Amino acid sequence: MQVAQEFKPTIVAFCCNWCSYAGADLSGTNRLQYPANVKIIRIPCSCRLNPMFILRAFQRGADGVILCGCHPGDCHYTTGNYYARRRMTLLFSMLDYLGIERERTRVEWVSAAEGAKFAATMNEFVETVTRLGENKRLEDLRCKSE
Amino acid sequence: MQERVKARAIELLESGVRVLGWKAGEFFYDVTPAVFTSREEIEKEFVFGPFCGANMSKYLIAESRKEGRVGVFLKPCDTYSFQQLQKEHRIWRENVYAVGVQCEGMCDIEAIRSAGIKGILGVDGDGSTLTVHTLYGDKTIARKDALAERCACCKSKKMLGCDELLGEQGEELDSARFDQVEKLEAMTPDERFAFWRKELSRCIRCNACRNVCPACSCEKCVFDNPNSGVENKAAANSFEENLFHIIRAFHVAGRCTDCGECSRVCPQHIPLHLLNRKFIKDINELYGGYQAGADMETRPPLTNFQMDDPEPSVVHERGSEQ
Repeated sequence: MQVAQEFKPTIVAFCCNWCSYAGADLSGTNRLQYPANVKIIRIPCSCRLNPMFILRAFQRGADGVILCGCHPGDCHYTTGNYYARRRMTLLFSMLDYLGIERERTRVEWVSAAEGAKFAATMNEFVETVTRLGENKRLEDLRCKSE
Repeated sequence: MQERVKARAIELLESGVRVLGWKAGEFFYDVTPAVFTSREEIEKEFVFGPFCGANMSKYLIAESRKEGRVGVFLKPCDTYSFQQLQKEHRIWRENVYAVGVQCEGMCDIEAIRSAGIKGILGVDGDGSTLTVHTLYGDKTIARKDALAERCACCKSKKMLGCDELLGEQGEELDSARFDQVEKLEAMTPDERFAFWRKELSRCIRCNACRNVCPACSCEKCVFDNPNSGVENKAAANSFEENLFHIIRAFHVAGRCTDCGECSRVCPQHIPLHLLNRKFIKDINELYGGYQAGADMETRPPLTNFQMDDPEPSVVHERGSEQ
């Protein structure tokens, strides 16, 4: 008998090595809970995030993609996140223009000291994406495994 | 103008430079870029008429690196790409002799056909009225009714950075080129998604848009990897169709001069310029007005930043929340 399963979104979180990744660590050591369906990928700087990474994540089955980086002004490489900010703004705007739900993509600035913010952000983002349901508009059926 | 341009081409050739210009193609409306090296070739094949839409600046990347100088004819919109490519150090300026040619706007054969003219054999004319030679005798059409979409909303008639000008220097125009983008933005996300699926699903991945684009001049392209498994239409699906066009538009964002070549060459008539214009519109709105190629100094918006740039959440907040 088929049991209707509750939808659990897959979230890909790209986290900057110098802040959000440590922030995620801190939320762990503080025993703060955030859903296990958030998959963290460590990147050296938020600026490393190629727009292609986001699209490929959607292709391989992500339902939401979030980028976490240092607060503007706090970048380990001084200016990386400023460039990332412009790029992501334009990319999200383009995705929206193509009719892809804008709530599936997000940028949050989380410092290494903000474990609580990290957990709260993830909880909230997972909730938003769960409400939106499965990503249909940027999926690749060939990448779906049954 | 046709005679003036041709005469100048011959003069240039005789002064010892190769000439990059437009050559008659298989059909009269199918004019292709070509390098001329002899007087006979120019006399026989050189054309400058209402269908010379091809942007010559991209060919200068390869031509300017060869030995000797190359003379080139540039329409006002081509001069923007010309400057942009110089800014990116892609064109060796000292090997180029640039002649700006005044442009009245280039025509689209489909526009003439849809005006109800059949059996077209050729189109002539310089001014605001064109003569269409057809199987059923000559007909006239106003140039504004025959213009290609990108020329109907021309952004500038100004010729930049040329060594000499043929015809009058023009002005920057206040065009309505973002009208269609605004129309799309006003739709619901579902409508937009349906619109773009309808358009992009026709893509056959011929890569013509990429090959003709002056901004797309990387020596190696991410989409050319035969091991990716997605480099051709047979291997692609709806996702790859979206991805290719999003990434291509993103890669030229901030460098695209809006010359409209991508849409002109698309064999499937996908309005690709609407993607590029969306980026231009966003850049103008969020980071201040910027026209790629308009000058040689300003930093392109994506390699620049301000401390107080809007946060990416601005996309979520503004616009057409339905």
